[in-house]
Amino acid sequence: MSDRISVAKTYKLYIGGAFPRSESGRSYPVNDSRGGFLANAAQGSRKDARDAVGAARKAFPGWSGATAYNRGQVLYRVAELLEGRREQFVAEVAASEGTKRGESIVDAAIDRWVWYAGWTDKIASVFGAANPVAGPYFSFTVPEPTGVVAVLAPQASSLLGLVSVVAPIIAAGNTCVVVASQDRPLPAITLSEVLATSDVPGGVVNVLTGRTAEIAPWLAAHADVNALDLTGAPEAIRADLERAAAGTVKRLVRGGRGEPDWAREPDVSRMRAVLESKTVWHPMGV
Amino acid sequence: MSNWEYAPAPESRDIANLKPAYRMFVDGKFVEGSGDPLKTVNPATEEVLAEVSTASPSDVDTAVKAARRAYDRVWSKMPGAERAKYIFRIARLIQERSRELAVLESLDNGKPIKESRDVDVPTAAAHFFYHAGWADKLGYAGYGPDPRPLGVAGQVIPWNFPLMMAAWKIAPALACGNTVVLKPAETTPLTALVLAEICQQAELPPGVVNILPGAGDVGSELVNHAGVDKVAFTGSTEVGKLIQRALAGSGKKMTMELGGKAANIVFDDAPLDQAVEGIVNGIFFNQGHVCCAGSRLLVQESIADELLDKLRHRVSTLRVGDSLDKNTDVGAINSRAQLEKIQELVAAGDAEGAQRWTSPVPVPDKGFFFAPTVFSDVQQSMRIAREEIFGPVLSVLTFRTPDEAVAKANNTPYGLSAGIWTEKGSRILWAAQRMRAGVVWANTFNRFDPTAPFGGYQESGFGREGGRAGLEAYLDV
Repeated sequence: MSDRISVAKTYKLYIGGAFPRSESGRSYPVNDSRGGFLANAAQGSRKDARDAVGAARKAFPGWSGATAYNRGQVLYRVAELLEGRREQFVAEVAASEGTKRGESIVDAAIDRWVWYAGWTDKIASVFGAANPVAGPYFSFTVPEPTGVVAVLAPQASSLLGLVSVVAPIIAAGNTCVVVASQDRPLPAITLSEVLATSDVPGGVVNVLTGRTAEIAPWLAAHADVNALDLTGAPEAIRADLERAAAGTVKRLVRGGRGEPDWAREPDVSRMRAVLESKTVWHPMGV
Repeated sequence: MSNWEYAPAPESRDIANLKPAYRMFVDGKFVEGSGDPLKTVNPATEEVLAEVSTASPSDVDTAVKAARRAYDRVWSKMPGAERAKYIFRIARLIQERSRELAVLESLDNGKPIKESRDVDVPTAAAHFFYHAGWADKLGYAGYGPDPRPLGVAGQVIPWNFPLMMAAWKIAPALACGNTVVLKPAETTPLTALVLAEICQQAELPPGVVNILPGAGDVGSELVNHAGVDKVAFTGSTEVGKLIQRALAGSGKKMTMELGGKAANIVFDDAPLDQAVEGIVNGIFFNQGHVCCAGSRLLVQESIADELLDKLRHRVSTLRVGDSLDKNTDVGAINSRAQLEKIQELVAAGDAEGAQRWTSPVPVPDKGFFFAPTVFSDVQQSMRIAREEIFGPVLSVLTFRTPDEAVAKANNTPYGLSAGIWTEKGSRILWAAQRMRAGVVWANTFNRFDPTAPFGGYQESGFGREGGRAGLEAYLDV
């Protein structure tokens, strides 16, 4: 070991492809599982949340309009970069979660990302349909992304849980605003650094750190958010968030009580929750 | 040439088998409800058709418990193939009694007999027929090998397609293995109660389907009942939001089919005569009481005058009047309250400076009627361009470029349906892809089929009805 003084990273927000500090100027200390200081993270505000929604909306036409093949390649590229940062993620997950299983968690997270990357160009075949209507019409149904999704990321699982909620949303063509685990936000910021250097366009994923209970109500009530993923919502405000979401008839991804076992094989339900079905009709005749 | 006077072709109202009183249907029996009875009115004549008993909170409780018993003891345990046969029976019985149902529907709702006869009733039968076949094939629907039902479904439906909406709700719920408590709309309870009779004739086990007439308070009681596992609502966005808010934190699965303000886009290369027929169908079908009605016509500027001339000419030929006359094109507005809402929004259109044209068609003195109306020079900021009128009133806006058409079409918090009129195939697919709406009709409008998923984007609701996608609403997946 040399005596060199290491260069510590400043952890910031990720909005529209850039890394701003919180406009509020606030930060909060992030500790490891034993209470030791790790870093100061930006404490995102209502205005940061609005900026993030704006960035996600702006990115939506491009990302949802990209070909499924293109989205698949872009997402697979993210997995390649995750692999390159493996050691950093292992260290951060270990520090954040106080686990010795950091390596297997990071491996699972990368593999999950690859699983969803492979879904982009299967979604339409699996969820779509040709409808055999009783008349001289050709009718088909295609799945389409629901729009901007606000995600309250899992509080416990700082990387595998995060990947398990974000990857299905963007694989399906949505853009999102993610509120990272309040006490374990560092892997989320590092993931956003990966996204920033990948080919994922700025604004497709926006990451806020801070107090979940402070930021979430603004996202739940925001009229330009189409769906709300409550996976990491504090139990005490869950019903309030659902009430606020009703104001613009948002789709809800409720999750159950407590955090799921993220190590379990995923299924398609998280993609289905952020997909709309569009049915198109045209007459047939000469 | 001599003048041919108009000759009505009335359907006989005796066919409806109208009874003086109807009762609610709980646990396989027709029973007196303990709510205040309501009088259902023929909106075309304002005469009282029948007295209908309504549910009190304790009746709702009784019905939900009956549905729970039927679910636990019978329906959830029954093999899908057996459930299927009950649902097939219901489909057949609707077909057998279709003429009776059509006449009764037109009396109670005010819609023209040709629509209840050719659309509402056949589509209702088709939904039961389609979903019956799913009951023993759910493992192939893409929700895993053995998807489970949710339990008791509380369903609240609107007055615009009373029987058809009941079918859209009940058929998939039963096919997936749920039991049902359904509340028909206050102003149109009759055909749902005949459907209850059909359930009896089909020997459906008691409690599998329960029908509780009443007003909004009964619906509220039902969706909030702790014994209900799933809530399905079709109605206004306003009430949909109230329900979603009320159910916050309850964990109940919800589907919402809410309002709309659909754009019907006519490009300069559209087949104009065909487009005119489609526009008329889009907004005057069912008096415009259609959540997916094409209520905002977007016309490319270069053809706007020609199209509007043709449209006004065609609309002036629509006959307004007796819903039992087979020649009637536009029937009665469903209620006085709805008529007043339409009048209020039309007055707002006048006040905000849109140009109103009203069909010169004769309108009956009695009953709730509104002559087909077309507003031109409509701006996006006007209420008649933003709010759902739910009546025979069309708002016409213009555009210059396809991009502008798409931007205007999507400039709404709703997103239920859209129409596209052009002869150019690539333009259809281009525009269809850009519509933020759940149903897109190209060179046609207002087509419905049980195999084709229906439902909205954004504030038009969530969840789908019909097709494989529609099964998700009633499965624990």
